[in-house]
Amino acid sequence: MRVLANVIGYLLVGSAILAVGLWVDNYYYFQLLTFIGINTLLAVGLNMLMGYAGQISLGHAAFYGLGAYTTGILGVHLGWPPLVTLPCALLVSGLVAWLVGRPTLKLHGYYLGMGTLGVGMIVHVLFREWSSLTGGPSGLPGIPTLSLGPLEIPGGRPYMFVVWGVVLVSFAMCQRLVHSRVGRALRAIHFSEQAAAAVGVDTARAKLQVFVFAGVLAGLAGFLYAHMVTFVSPSSFGFLVSVRIVAMVVIGGMASIWGSLFGASLLTMLPEWLHVFSEYEVLVYGLILVVVMIFFPQGLTRGMLDLYERARRGKTGSGS
Amino acid sequence: MERARSVKIVGGVLLALLAVCWMLAPAAVAAETYKIGGLFSVTGPASFLGDPEKKSMEMFAEMVNAAGGINGKQLEVVIYDTEADPTKAVSFANKLIHSDKVLAIIGPSTTPATMAVIPEVEKANIPFISCAAGNKITLPVKPYVFKTAQSDIQAVATIYAYMKTQGIKKVGLLCVDDGFGQSGKEQLLEQAAAYGITVVAEESYGKTDPDMTAQLTKMRLAKPDAIVCWGTNPGPAIVARNAQQLQLNIPLYMSHGVASPKFIQLAGDACEGIMLPSGKIAVAGLLPDGQHQKPVLMDYIDRFNAKYGSGVSGFGGYAWDGMNIITQALCGTNGDKAVLRDRIENMKGLVGVSGTFNFSAVEHNGLGSDSFVMIKIQNGTWALVD
Amino acid sequence: MQEFLQYLFSGVTNGAIYAVIALGFSTLYSATDLINFAQGEFVMLGALVLVTLWSQAHLPLWAAFPLTVLLVAAFGMVFERVAIRTVRKPSPILLVLITVGASIFLRGVAMLIWGKDAYSVPAFSKTQAIEIGGAYLLPQSLWILGIVVLLVVGLNLFYHRTLTGKAMQACAINKRAASLLGVGTQKIALLAWGLSAGLGAVAGVIIAPITMSSYDMGTMLGLKGFCAAMLGGLGNFWGAVVGGVLLGILEAMGVGYASSSLRDAIAFFLLLLILYARPTGILGKASTQRF
Repeated sequence: MRVLANVIGYLLVGSAILAVGLWVDNYYYFQLLTFIGINTLLAVGLNMLMGYAGQISLGHAAFYGLGAYTTGILGVHLGWPPLVTLPCALLVSGLVAWLVGRPTLKLHGYYLGMGTLGVGMIVHVLFREWSSLTGGPSGLPGIPTLSLGPLEIPGGRPYMFVVWGVVLVSFAMCQRLVHSRVGRALRAIHFSEQAAAAVGVDTARAKLQVFVFAGVLAGLAGFLYAHMVTFVSPSSFGFLVSVRIVAMVVIGGMASIWGSLFGASLLTMLPEWLHVFSEYEVLVYGLILVVVMIFFPQGLTRGMLDLYERARRGKTGSGS
Repeated sequence: MERARSVKIVGGVLLALLAVCWMLAPAAVAAETYKIGGLFSVTGPASFLGDPEKKSMEMFAEMVNAAGGINGKQLEVVIYDTEADPTKAVSFANKLIHSDKVLAIIGPSTTPATMAVIPEVEKANIPFISCAAGNKITLPVKPYVFKTAQSDIQAVATIYAYMKTQGIKKVGLLCVDDGFGQSGKEQLLEQAAAYGITVVAEESYGKTDPDMTAQLTKMRLAKPDAIVCWGTNPGPAIVARNAQQLQLNIPLYMSHGVASPKFIQLAGDACEGIMLPSGKIAVAGLLPDGQHQKPVLMDYIDRFNAKYGSGVSGFGGYAWDGMNIITQALCGTNGDKAVLRDRIENMKGLVGVSGTFNFSAVEHNGLGSDSFVMIKIQNGTWALVD
Repeated sequence: MQEFLQYLFSGVTNGAIYAVIALGFSTLYSATDLINFAQGEFVMLGALVLVTLWSQAHLPLWAAFPLTVLLVAAFGMVFERVAIRTVRKPSPILLVLITVGASIFLRGVAMLIWGKDAYSVPAFSKTQAIEIGGAYLLPQSLWILGIVVLLVVGLNLFYHRTLTGKAMQACAINKRAASLLGVGTQKIALLAWGLSAGLGAVAGVIIAPITMSSYDMGTMLGLKGFCAAMLGGLGNFWGAVVGGVLLGILEAMGVGYASSSLRDAIAFFLLLLILYARPTGILGKASTQRF
């Protein structure tokens, strides 16, 4: 049953993207879907860390930025092709995640939140101040568009297909991970770290592995972002971006891979809809976050389904 | 349990698809108007730029429409808020180009957002007039990219030329750590030698830092003849107060970023004697009656104050000039973007709020050094320096 | 020497500001075991409400000060009742996100009410700087330091000498046990939020004359205030002062003797260092392990 639902999920998403690609001819929608795909990558990576292992990170934008800046700097200053900078970008974000994760993941609760926030802020200062390399606060223009060997992939329709292909592959990877030994270990840690350690789980190792995995996925998202927009600047990787990624995970529903897709879609398109609120946009954004957290702490997907179930069963109680 | 899970998975996917369908609902298309797009940071860290820009753009369109539009067609403005976020700017730029199908775009307010948008407008061949100050925007020249904000090149040249007459040889720089400060710092460093000036200290501060005495103290050690502070409110007001508190007695120069009455209000008596380059708007009332820019400035100021009460500044003028340029060029083109572009590029002698615009194939900013004057704060108000 | 002294004064001025914000974090943490990411926005509200009371309602500063604090404290209580108590299963991740959402919301509200401009208010006493050994110190910095010390003494007396204060500590250590012993835990949480929001407002009021007040001033101040609280030991009131002043001085020395471009990195670097090496802070008890 589970496998079947997943297969249906892949088919639905895949055919939806294909349908948009074939029947719609508007660059803007392609780009919006590309951004949704990139955000989904970020959310699904962080969800592995937050939803399954129960570890919060308020500095995830740092790894996103490291991926984007690595490929941008190598492409602009050294003229390396994207095919060569891709492994570099993944390596840098993974390596930094590993270095930072070792001491940081010893922390718990708020302390872990604050530690990761600190990492995010320091990386952000680095992007801003190392201007000979990063272009400083006004950013790094002129990043080459994506090309794989002789194959050019310009923005718009082809890029959208590439990004969503990557998203679906990463979904499959995440699902394998969740149902593997590591995934079971992570859920044990989420439930109780002491208990997990007592039954022989190397908790530090498992947490570090998933942290590095999330970092590498964010680096990949950064790589895709940099070659899409062909410009990076520090303000795209600040504290509020980290918060937005966390919000995607939580609104979509923790420990739910498909929920991340929903959270990322919703939060990417929210500004488009909130546009009618103009000046009130920021306010409404904050309000939505608070309200969802209070009334649907399990995420909006689960919350709505619960409401539906309850309505269907009438007043006979919620059941679970 | 297993069933609930499956329901959850399929439900999540369906919800996501629903969200996508909602987005794809077709937008209404109306071709009876000329549509002009605006991208301003109406909220967020650069709202002091975006807010008056949005107001000015709307005001200009109302003015044109009240007078019967252009060739009988009404102007329609579509404005999105970028929040000074380059990603949002790119997304909204494509929305303007591909969904709203605008003729031309004005904005964004900040240099990073502008740099992010440029590849998109170049790809789509849409005339684009930026309201940001960075020099990189029009250097090198890109066919469809113009800008109306004065460049830091001219602001710095105005300050240095004046310093030269005052016999100032050594300066210390204190710049805010965002794009505005960076662009100013690059120009201040680059042009110094041409005016026989050496930069002896370089410091930075954060936009919302509460106190800058440490930076000023360090700078005092280098014994500069003058200090140039490059930032936008409220930072420079704190610098002015701190300089007074430390009794530095070193002449203080500011950027055009603080040329608004708000700065005098914030810094109080600490701003007495501070000098800065400014568009003529801050001193419009002081200009001699025959000055060619004066009627344009007074007209803009009167209209802005009549509609919004207060808060008129040079920033709103960037969008006002942009609208002015586009509408002038639009007359008789029947909405052809390539013709519109050519006519903007060949525009000469257009008197605007920021100065007189003379565009050419190699100059897409079009403002000369006369777009700035040195002004000084005297008795709590602006005075011309001659 | 003169420069060193000036860096020190500069650091103390900034540090006192961080310290008073850190106090707000510590107060809430000592009673509810909770960290409020919207604390910086309470500081902003304090500064802006003062601006309104002073410039619009034309109240004298001595009257506007307590009124501002009361208003913001009342707001903090309303916030607790509406957004914190209603959470059915509170967990750190959830509460972090609620307070982060609240901070975005509050910033939006403040932008609508006060606009995007900055405001300034006059200092509590004449603004002429005091000269000591060639370096200058603003009287307002002394005001801030004095108020911080008074607050710490007051808070310590309250928490260690009064029944309510002891009940608050009991709630933080074990809410259920405290409740079994007859402590009204809901009332205590409400009181703690009021107290902490009020302290945030005090911070906003006393720093308004030094810095400019605008709707976006709170975020960075809140984060640095938190770094200060962690540095000194979260929940320890003297620790907040030590952490704040230390952070301020290190930042000023960093600007003076290293580079002003790394200013913001210093605070977060210290935060990481203290988290890795001694999560209970400089003055915190080494054995405390609440997580």
